[in-house]
Amino acid sequence: MNKSRRRFLKSATGAMAAAAAPLESANAIRRDNKTLPPEALGMLYDSTLCIGCRACVTACKEANDVPVEQPARLSAWNPGTWDAGEDISGKTLNTIRVYTHGSKEHKDKAENGYAFVKRHCLHCVDPSCVSVCPVSAMNKDPDTGIVTHDPDACIGCRYCVYGCPFGVPQYQFDDAFGKIAKCQFCEHLQKQGQLPACCDVCPTGASLFGVVTELQQEAERRLAARPGDMYEFPRGRLGGDRPTHEAAIPEYESHIYGVTEVGGTQIRYISGVPHEKLGLPKLPDASPSSLSEGVQHTLYKGMIAPLAVLGGLAFLAHRTTRKLQQEEEEE
Amino acid sequence: MAHSPYQPLGGKLLTKPFMVLALLFAIGMYFIATRFAFGLGEVTNLNGGYPWGIWVVVDMIIGTAFGCGGFAMAILIYIFNKGEYHPLMRPAVLGGLFGYTLGGIAVIIDLGRYWNAYNLLLPWYMRPSSVMLEVSLCVMAYVLVLWIEFSPAFLERLGLKDAKRKLQRFMFLIIALGVLLPTMHQSSLGSMLLVMETQLSPLWFTTWLPLLFLITALAMGYAIVILEATLVTRAFGLPSEQRILSKLSPIVGWLLATFLALRLADILLRGHFPQMFEANLNALMFWIEGVLFVVPTVILLSPARRVEQAQMFLAAALLLAAGSLYRIDAYLVAYEPGNGWSYFPSVPELMVTIGVISLEIMLYLVFIKKLPVLHGIRNAQPREA
Repeated sequence: MNKSRRRFLKSATGAMAAAAAPLESANAIRRDNKTLPPEALGMLYDSTLCIGCRACVTACKEANDVPVEQPARLSAWNPGTWDAGEDISGKTLNTIRVYTHGSKEHKDKAENGYAFVKRHCLHCVDPSCVSVCPVSAMNKDPDTGIVTHDPDACIGCRYCVYGCPFGVPQYQFDDAFGKIAKCQFCEHLQKQGQLPACCDVCPTGASLFGVVTELQQEAERRLAARPGDMYEFPRGRLGGDRPTHEAAIPEYESHIYGVTEVGGTQIRYISGVPHEKLGLPKLPDASPSSLSEGVQHTLYKGMIAPLAVLGGLAFLAHRTTRKLQQEEEEE
Repeated sequence: MAHSPYQPLGGKLLTKPFMVLALLFAIGMYFIATRFAFGLGEVTNLNGGYPWGIWVVVDMIIGTAFGCGGFAMAILIYIFNKGEYHPLMRPAVLGGLFGYTLGGIAVIIDLGRYWNAYNLLLPWYMRPSSVMLEVSLCVMAYVLVLWIEFSPAFLERLGLKDAKRKLQRFMFLIIALGVLLPTMHQSSLGSMLLVMETQLSPLWFTTWLPLLFLITALAMGYAIVILEATLVTRAFGLPSEQRILSKLSPIVGWLLATFLALRLADILLRGHFPQMFEANLNALMFWIEGVLFVVPTVILLSPARRVEQAQMFLAAALLLAAGSLYRIDAYLVAYEPGNGWSYFPSVPELMVTIGVISLEIMLYLVFIKKLPVLHGIRNAQPREA
């Protein structure tokens, strides 16, 4: 092996080791989490106010023109009218699920109780689905922060389905020309000055629309209030003019879900039972894409590293091919 | 006049094994047609929790690792200047050609909105943060590179010496790309999982995923060269390549030993040692995977064992199984989508994968019989197979 070849290989190995070294500590190569747009819009979902009426599910289906879902064994019964999707899917963008325990006597109690939870897109501040989408079909609005999907760009690779820590985007597998379905916070209604259908229809204010920072203050106010005291719960939009819903402050869990999880989301959840029991997993503060993008950036350095390597490889390959071709011709 | 050292094998095309493969391919085609007519759900067991199944993991992720023969040999021959392995290069590139081309075709079958696939090439749609974008562009470019790397075989067959000479002047650049591109996308197939931090078992999730995927892809590339050379020389009664192959063995052995050391060190450093001994599927698969990696490492590093053809063949086969299982584990077993989802491929789904692999082997047979791919045929008496 000649000298320059040895030198290139040595520095290439060195570069590989240098790339591998920071990988030892994952946090060293993370980029920072992205930050919440100041005017970002979101929702405060208060599980203790939810009565499980599912009006939000029906309203969502109408607003977004998605069909009803029936379990196979009931599909012959009143087809197309009785919606009973068990979870979000290619046909269901939001749904209400229920936690139950023991005798199921007490609302919003973990022991012998039950509690409702609403499932839909959390509109992450630093969303994995947007980071992983190869063709910019998933996008986060720079002002409202709403995560939208463009089916005309989408190639259907389903990396967003695989990558979402909440299992939100869903592909329509039963359709030859299926789309990715996900809650887009009724962006089309908001453009006409209306509320997202689920918040608009919610009779108790369990789903409350508003500016994320204001919703955060509202959530903190509820948690700070004394259980048993009467409280005016706003309905529809926070700061709107609808009549409020007066009820006693329940015993809340102290955690507000969505502030820090995977770098924060634009949906806030407060509840009487631990969030984990409602299917809201414990998640780290750093967004998943802060790591994947950090590693790629460390390895590629904006494509400069690959170009430099290509130069070295071409130099070495040139020498060897010339030699081998000469041998071949002499043969 | 200079004769190419490579010769077509000749012989009958429509042999019995070929017909069996054709039948399997036809069955696969039937289900592919069903998929396009009625949707992915009609044929596969894919669901909201497991949006990726064997068409992605086996056909594409494992399929392209099986296609790393050309990549692995190019590093040895052209970058480390080991000309003695040159006779193995052309069949290795051919294997890569089909591994990658058909991996690409499998992706089109799997894409839920395949008619938009060209958006990957439109700059205003490209999102640089997506590892998927890098992998797709890299793989597309590498398929092109492989066809150019292989094209001298066509030019020789057609007698276009001038064109071949002109091409060979630029071949060094193609070869350099043929090393760089797989380095990028094979490691990126590991990076693809980095965003799955909260959903993968800590036995597999690590920031070293790109490195671990790259090393196993290389090792699998060498294994496929060993396997292919052994099978072809035996099936067609050609002179054995055993001498060169056993020289290759320690290189692969050390590569595997490095992988095992990194894999174990990583789990220990991150403090997930106890998870190795839990009574669950993840731990079980971890150990099966581990044994599949350790056995070929031992064989390939043992001077007595690696000179025996049967032992080497076994080592190569186990290595390919190990690398494949590592990929299946990382993408599907270690992955926990929650909400009670589970996945196991359906029979039609498997038949499509088997059909694609059958096509791959059929094309390989056609090419080595009709084109100058194999080395050293002049002195041999090929028999029918």
